[in-house]
Amino acid sequence: MRSIRLLAGAAAILVPILIAGSAFAADAAAGEEAFVRFGCYTCHGYEGQGAGTGPKLAPEPLAFDAFSTFVRQTSGDMPPFTPATLSDEELQNIHAYLESIPATPDPASIPLLQQLQ
Amino acid sequence: MSGADQSKIKRRQFLAGAAAAPAVAAVALNGSPARAQAASVPAVPNAAGEVNPPGEATPLPEGYTCGSDHMVDVLKALDIEYIASNPASTFRSLQESIINYGGNSKPEFLTALHEDSAVHYGIGYARITGKPMAALVHGVVGLQHATMAIYNAFADQTPVYVIAGNSISEWTRRPGAESAHASIDQAQMVRDFVKWDEQPPSLRDFSNAAARCYQAAVTGSPGPTLLVADADHQEEAVHPEHMEQLHVPRMGRITKVGADSGVVQEIADMLCNAENPVIVVDRFGTSMESVPLLVELAEALQAPVIDTRGRMNFPNKHPLNHTEIAGPTLRAADLVLALEARDLFGMVNNLADTVERNAVSRLRPQTRVVRLGTTTLSQRSNYGASQRYAAADIEISASAEATLPYLTEAVKRGAKASFRTRGERLRMATSGLAEATRVEAARAWEASPISTARLAAELWDQIKNDEYTIATECQFQSYWPNRLWTMNHYYNYLGTSGGFGVGYNAPSAVGAALANRALGRLTIGIVGDGDYMMQPGVIWTAAHHQIPILMIIHNNRGYHQETMHIQRMAARHNRGIDRAHIGTAINEPNIDYAAVAKGMGVFAEGPVSNPVDLGPALRRALDVVRRGEPALVDVVTQPR
Repeated sequence: MRSIRLLAGAAAILVPILIAGSAFAADAAAGEEAFVRFGCYTCHGYEGQGAGTGPKLAPEPLAFDAFSTFVRQTSGDMPPFTPATLSDEELQNIHAYLESIPATPDPASIPLLQQLQ
Repeated sequence: MSGADQSKIKRRQFLAGAAAAPAVAAVALNGSPARAQAASVPAVPNAAGEVNPPGEATPLPEGYTCGSDHMVDVLKALDIEYIASNPASTFRSLQESIINYGGNSKPEFLTALHEDSAVHYGIGYARITGKPMAALVHGVVGLQHATMAIYNAFADQTPVYVIAGNSISEWTRRPGAESAHASIDQAQMVRDFVKWDEQPPSLRDFSNAAARCYQAAVTGSPGPTLLVADADHQEEAVHPEHMEQLHVPRMGRITKVGADSGVVQEIADMLCNAENPVIVVDRFGTSMESVPLLVELAEALQAPVIDTRGRMNFPNKHPLNHTEIAGPTLRAADLVLALEARDLFGMVNNLADTVERNAVSRLRPQTRVVRLGTTTLSQRSNYGASQRYAAADIEISASAEATLPYLTEAVKRGAKASFRTRGERLRMATSGLAEATRVEAARAWEASPISTARLAAELWDQIKNDEYTIATECQFQSYWPNRLWTMNHYYNYLGTSGGFGVGYNAPSAVGAALANRALGRLTIGIVGDGDYMMQPGVIWTAAHHQIPILMIIHNNRGYHQETMHIQRMAARHNRGIDRAHIGTAINEPNIDYAAVAKGMGVFAEGPVSNPVDLGPALRRALDVVRRGEPALVDVVTQPR
C-alpha cells in the first residue's frame, strides 16, 4: 500500500546529490515509490518514522554518505542491500524522499499527547 | 417398562458389576436403545453420525438419572463458570445436561464457532480471573482444531480446562462420523503440551479424574489439562441406588508455593550487597497482589525494573521502570534477578537475525543471575519456548509472587544508606522519557495509513477514566499502549500468547471481556488483520452472549511479520526485494472488516484511514460497548 501523506505533498521534489564525480538529481517522489516498493516501510513506517521493528529514518535523515554506507554494509538484523537489489539511483531517490519529510510537529501543539503523563 | 427395555438400560447402567457380561453380550447383538434406533437409519459411510437425525431415545425409567448429570455436578463443584463449545455429537448428553439439568449456569454454555476459539476464550478469561473456564470439544476432530490454542496456553502457563468427547467402545459407536471421531488414546495428540490428561474408565472414575485435571491446571506452573468424557459414560443410566456412589469432589484452597527461607535470605543478601541490582520480569503480573509486591521490592531495594511485557508486571510510569532504557541498565548490572522468566537466554542476550546467529550478551561477564519463578516447572522435552540453555547462578523453581513478601522483608532488614543515592540516580535516568516518548509519538501524526502511536493516543483520550484491559499483544503496535497509557494494574495488559500462534488475539480478548463483564471493566482488543481472520466468528459469539468489547482491527493489509521475513531472505539471497508482498499481502481485494462484523450483527465502523476520523469513530463504538455490546472499528494503519 502506498502512503498518502497528508502533509508532505511529495510531488517531485528534486534534491541534487553529488556522487562519484557526477551530478544526479534525486527525485523524492520516485524515492517515495521506491521506499514502498522495496519494503523499507515495513520496518520503518511509511514516513520513516520508526517502529518497534526499525529505527526512525526521518525527518532529519542521516547524511547520504552515512545512510548509503549503512544500507550497503550493515551486518545486524537489517540485511545489507547491495546494488544488485537496490541501485544507487534508487537509493539516492529514497534518501531524497526521507529528506523531503517535514519536521515532526511539536508535541506541545498536540492536545492528545499533552494529556499523557 | 418391559423387561427387554430394562435390559437395554442396563447396558449403560452404572456399576453393572457381575451383570456386565450378559449386558455386553446383548450389546453385541442389539446395540443400545438409542443407538440401535439410529442404526436402523440407513447409514451413509463416513457421515451418517453427523448428518442423520439421532434415533428416538428411550426415556430413562423413573428415578434414574444420566451420567452427564453427574458430570455437571462435578463441574459445579469445581466452580467452572463457563464452558465454551462448538456443539458436537460426542458430548450431546453432557451439553443437554448442562443446559437443562444444570440450568445453564455454572457452567453456562457459550457457543463458539470453532474449537480453537473455544480454548482461546479460556486463556483470556484465566488471565483476568486466575482460574480456568472449560472448553468442550468434539472427539478427535474438535480436539485437533483446538490444539494450537492448547499449545498457546501451555507455552504461556495459563490454566485452561479442556473436555473432549469420545466414543471409546467400538461396540457402541454409531456408524460413520462417530466412529471417525473416536480414539483409543485421544490425549496422545496433545500430551506433549498439557499438564495432565485423563480418560476415566468408568463414570464412577469421572469425578476424581476431573478433580485431578483441575488441580493440575492451577497448581505449580499453571497450564492446560485434558479430560476425556466418554459418550457411553455421559449417556449411562444411573440407578437411584447407585447415585450415592457417584462421588462429587471437594476442592480445597490452592496456594502458591514460595522459596524456602534459607535461599530467600541468600538472595536478599546478594541483592543488598550488589552495586547495581536489576530486576527483569516477564510473567509475574497475574493477580491484584503481584504488581504492588514488585513495587514494594523495587522501592525497598531502589533497583530498576525491566518489564519484558509477558504480563503487566510493573507500573509503566514508575520512575524505577527502566524498560525503555533496558540496554544500558542491563549493561550496568552486577546482579540480575529474573522473575518468572521463561526464556532466560533471550532476556540477557541479543541474537541477530543473521546467517551466523551470533549472540551478544547484554550483561558484563561478571554479572550474576538469579532466576526465581515457576517457568522451569512447565518444561517439556519436545517443545520449548526458549532459546539456548542459559544457566542462572541460582535457580529457584518457586512462585515469585509467593516469595516476594519474604524477600522484600529480608531486603528491608539489610537495606543500606546507599540505596537512596542509587534511587535518585535511577530516577534521573528516566526523568526525560515521557517527553521523548511524546516526540516519538508525534512523528507521522497526520499520516495515512494512521500511525499506531496516533491510534493509541486517540484511544487513551477516550478510556483514560475507565478501568480497562487491553487484552491483546501490543508488540504489533510497537508497544504504544504500554508506552503512552498509564498502566498500574495487572489487568491493564494481559501480555503475549506464549506460543505465538496466529489467531490468538481476537478470541482470547473475547474471553478476557467475558471475565471483565462481571467486574465492570472495559475490554479492548487491537488485533492484526491476519490474526483476526483466523477466527472472525468470535465477534459473533461476543454479540450472541452480549460480551462487551471494543475490537479494533489493526489493518496493515498483510501478514506483516512475514513480509519482513521474505524481504530479509530476498536481500540475503541477493535477489529482488520488491516481491515480498507475494503470499503475504491481504489486499486485492481489501477485506471490509466492518461489513463482515455487521453481517454478524455487530456495530462496526470503517475502514478508517484518515486520522481525523478516528476519534469520532472510536467514540461511537465505545458508546455501544458501554451499553454492554461488542463493537468493531477497522483502522487502516501503518505496519507497526
